[in-house]
Formats: sequence, structure tokens, C-alpha cells
Amino acid sequence: MIIFDHVTKTYGKKVKALDDVSFEIHNHEFVAFVGKSGAGKSTILKLLIGEEHPTKGSVMLDEVVVSQIHEHQKPALRRRIGSVFQDYRLLPQKTVQENVAFAMEAAGRAQKEVDRDVPRVLDLVEMKDKAKRFPHELSGGEKQRAAIARAIVNRPEILIADEPTGNLDIFHAWDIIKLLLKINALGTTVLLATHDYEVVNALKRRVVTLEEGRITRDEEKGKYILSDK
Amino acid sequence: MFTAFNRVIKSGFIGFWRSGWLSLATIFMLMLTLFVLAGLGFMVRSADYLLMTLQEKVDVSVYFKPEVEEGRMLRVKEQLLLVNGVKDIEYVSRDEALARFRDQHSQNEVIMQSLEELGENPLEASLNIRAHEAAQFDAIAAFLENKNYENDIDKVSYTQNRDAIQKLAAITRAVRKGGLVVVAVLAAIAILVSFNTIRLAIYAMREEIGVMRLVGASNWFIRGPFFIESILYAVIASALTLGIWWPILQKYSPAFDRILPGLHLFSYFTSNMLLFAGGMVGVAILLSVVSSAIAIGRYLKV
Ligand SMILES: Nc1ncnc2c1ncn2[C@@H]1O[C@H](COP(=O)(O)OP(=O)(O)O)[C@@H](O)[C@H]1O
Ligand SMILES: [Mg+2]
Repeated sequence: MIIFDHVTKTYGKKVKALDDVSFEIHNHEFVAFVGKSGAGKSTILKLLIGEEHPTKGSVMLDEVVVSQIHEHQKPALRRRIGSVFQDYRLLPQKTVQENVAFAMEAAGRAQKEVDRDVPRVLDLVEMKDKAKRFPHELSGGEKQRAAIARAIVNRPEILIADEPTGNLDIFHAWDIIKLLLKINALGTTVLLATHDYEVVNALKRRVVTLEEGRITRDEEKGKYILSDK
Repeated sequence: MFTAFNRVIKSGFIGFWRSGWLSLATIFMLMLTLFVLAGLGFMVRSADYLLMTLQEKVDVSVYFKPEVEEGRMLRVKEQLLLVNGVKDIEYVSRDEALARFRDQHSQNEVIMQSLEELGENPLEASLNIRAHEAAQFDAIAAFLENKNYENDIDKVSYTQNRDAIQKLAAITRAVRKGGLVVVAVLAAIAILVSFNTIRLAIYAMREEIGVMRLVGASNWFIRGPFFIESILYAVIASALTLGIWWPILQKYSPAFDRILPGLHLFSYFTSNMLLFAGGMVGVAILLSVVSSAIAIGRYLKV
């Protein structure tokens, strides 16, 4: 279970990215964080993987107090949380297959497991035939599927996706969203941050709406309702 | 543990290969540094050698009048040995001097003939004094001008022009002192340049390092391959630098020998090959490993 307890995050002295935010997310949930650009969606995800620390309040993942995590504990935390981003963040010098294998190798998995799981997960994201390509030889949608494969290959409890469809056309965007739903159905908690209301409204899952760093709505089977102001 | 170790080594090699021109630039800069450092080393070696040969040449011969007894000359020798800066003294008796003279001129019939006609030994006994440094001439000269020996000594001769040698020695020492400053400055520049090249190479990798952190790689798992890469750079750069110096020295060593006979830079290089190779690899590893370790540290904090 993920708990954000009265979390405030201020960058520098002035920019208040999150303002007294609290919520809980249970295992196996699929939650969409929506809101305009700058609302604080990415900040929530960064706090969860320990890339940023809250100015006030606490972030917990089960027994781990993420908000007070030490540098050397981060690798272990990040093996529990797979992450994908708008800009894919693949290792450019490694092939698709090597990118996926890297996450397993970094986690210290045995070679036997790597040899077994990498093809499986590439099969799941339908990238098996492009396993030997380098990132620059792939389309945007393919890069994102490779990134998702890497994010889930260690069977993380949680998958966070920050604007994963931001650089994709609507057709490929749907491919990615369907893939996230499939991964969620296989038992992984999914946190999706997006400003794409069409995607969100079609999902019919829990939606947390952010406006200027505050949560304005939190609904099961919610919709992304654009506020007037 | 063993698997992780293998992976780090393997990915170090792959990283090296795939970094392409960045690898080449780093190796090139390391080479430049090593090349300059080795060149400076050869210069210092040559200056040292020059100083050494100059010092070897510093000697004074004291010729005694024929009537002086051997015992007295040996006493002079004993006392001279106590003079500061005297390295060694060779006593050459009249017979010995004659033998050497005959030996030297055995081919020259005119000289041999006139020696025969003379019937007696025309040569004087002498002491050949070698000093540690040209600067010690004065003390030796002062000793010999002593009233006690005035009547025994026929003449004192300096094998080479004393003033010229003294000046040269002073110049060499000055050059060596100034040279050390130049060496230090050049070495610092070379080291800075390769340090910056490596930092740039790592800077180009900063996002990848961030991604590795994001995927859950531990710091040593990220650092490891860079470490291996650095060692590869160092070894290759050292081998190439040795490979460049080899033909250069082979070709120009004889030319240097004409200026400074007996310098033999090439054989100095080859007979100290292990030292050079070890030194270069050591310097290069220190440079590349330390530079990359420092540079990576900055990007591991995400
Ligand atoms: N590293 C940072 N330094 C300063 N301000 C930041 C930083 N990251 C985000 N912000 C600011 O915090 C606010 C929230 O940003 P973010 O969480 O990225 O929003 P979103 O992902 O919803 O677009 C924005 O005003 C943004 O400019
Ligand atoms: Mg964002």
C-alpha cells in the first residue's frame, strides 16, 4: 500500500509543487493522476521513487518510509517500482534486449532467469522481433513498449507511468494504455500520470485530479473534468 | 556475486567498444599526456647525463719534478684525498707513465725512435685528481699552491678548460632547476586536459547514469563498467605511447649520441622498458580511473 500523508513539496523557496496532499493506493489498483501541466503529477511520482524528498509530510510504501530513504536504499526501492516516462529513457548504447536484461542484471538476477524472462516479457509487449535493435532504430510506440518491458521484467509491485503517451499519436497511445491495463490485470499496481483526458475518460478507473498542487477530486471510475479557471 | 562481477567486466568492454569516438578521444588525450610526460623524462635524463659527463671530465693532473721521492708523492696524495670534493686520485709513477706513453705511440716510429735515442725516461710522475664537481677546483688549487709543495711540483694542468667546464656545469644546473618547473607545468596541463576529456565523456553519459539509477542499479554496478573501461583506456594509451616512442628513439638516438656521446637514449628506453610500461600504465590508470570516478559521482545522486 502507498500512503501520502499531508505531503507538501516546495522546490527552492517559492515553487509549491504539492500542497498538503494525502491519499492511499491499495495493491492492484490502477490510478490515474490528471491535471494540467505543472499541476504536480510528476512530483508525486518522483516522491514515490525517492528522486525527490517532501518538504513536509511523509510518503510510505508498505513498511518503507520513502520520504526518509537513504541513498544506498534507493536501488532496492526502485526494484519494487518499475517506471516509464514520456521520453522513454532507454539506454541508447544498448539494444532492446540488453536494456531489458540490464534491469535484471542490476537487480542481481541469475543469468538463467535473465535468459528465460527477457524473451517472455518482450513477447508480452510484442517486441520480440525487434529485440536486437538499438533505441534509435525504433518508432516512438516501440520505444515505449521496450521501456515498459524493462520496467516490468523484475515483476515490480508497482508500475509508474509519467505521460507515457505524451509523444505518441492517439493510435499508438491506446496501444500503450491497453498494455498498462494488461499489466495491471496481471497483478501490478499502476500509477499513471497524464494530461490526456480522452484517455482517462475511456479508462473508467480511479482518477485523482490535481490543480496547482492540491487534490481537487479523487473518484473511483472517475472522469477528467476540466475546471473552468 | 561472481555473476555480477562478470557482468560488470563484460559491460565495461562493451561500453568501451560502443563509446566509439569518445573512447578514441579519451585514449588520444591520455596518450598525449603520457607522450609529453615520457618526453620530459627523456629530457631530464639527458640533462642529468650531461651533468654527469661534465663532472667526470673534471680532473687535475699534478706533475712532480723528477727528483721527488715516491714516498713524498704518496704523502701528497694522502693529504689531497682529505680535501673536500676530491673523488679519487690515481698515482702514476715515472715507469708507469713511460709504459703508457709507449703504448699510446707504439705505431709512431719517429717518436719511438727518439725515445730510444734519449736513453732515459723523460716523463714525470703525476697524480691525476678527479673531483666530484667543477666547483671543487678552487679548493684543490688552493691546496696545491701551498708553500710546502712548491718545490716538488713541476706543473699543474687542468685537462679541460676549467672555466668553461665550471660555467657549463652552472648552466646545466640552472637548466635542470628551470626544467623541473617547466616539467611540472607541462605535466599539470597534460593531466588537466585528459581529466577534462574524461569528464566530458562522463558528462555525455549523465542521462544514462540517471536511467541506470532509475532502473534500480546500485552505485558500484554503475561504476564498475566505467572502471573497467578506464583501465582499458589506460592500457591501450600506454601501449600506443610506447609504440610511438620506440621508433622515434631508435631513429634519433644516434643523433643525440653525436652531441652527447654515450647517452644511448634508445637502449636506456629498451632496458628500462618494464619501468616505462609500468609507470605509464600506472599514471594513466590513476588519471582515468580517478577522473571518471570523480565525474560519475556527481550524476549518481538521483
Ligand atoms: N526540479 C524542479 N525545480 C523547480 N521547480 C520544479 C522542479 N520540478 C518541477 N517544478 C515545478 O513544480 C511544479 C509541478 O511540476 P510537475 O510535478 O512536474 O507537474 P506536472 O508533472 O503535473 O506537469 C511546476 O510548477 C514545476 O515548474
Ligand atoms: Mg510531468
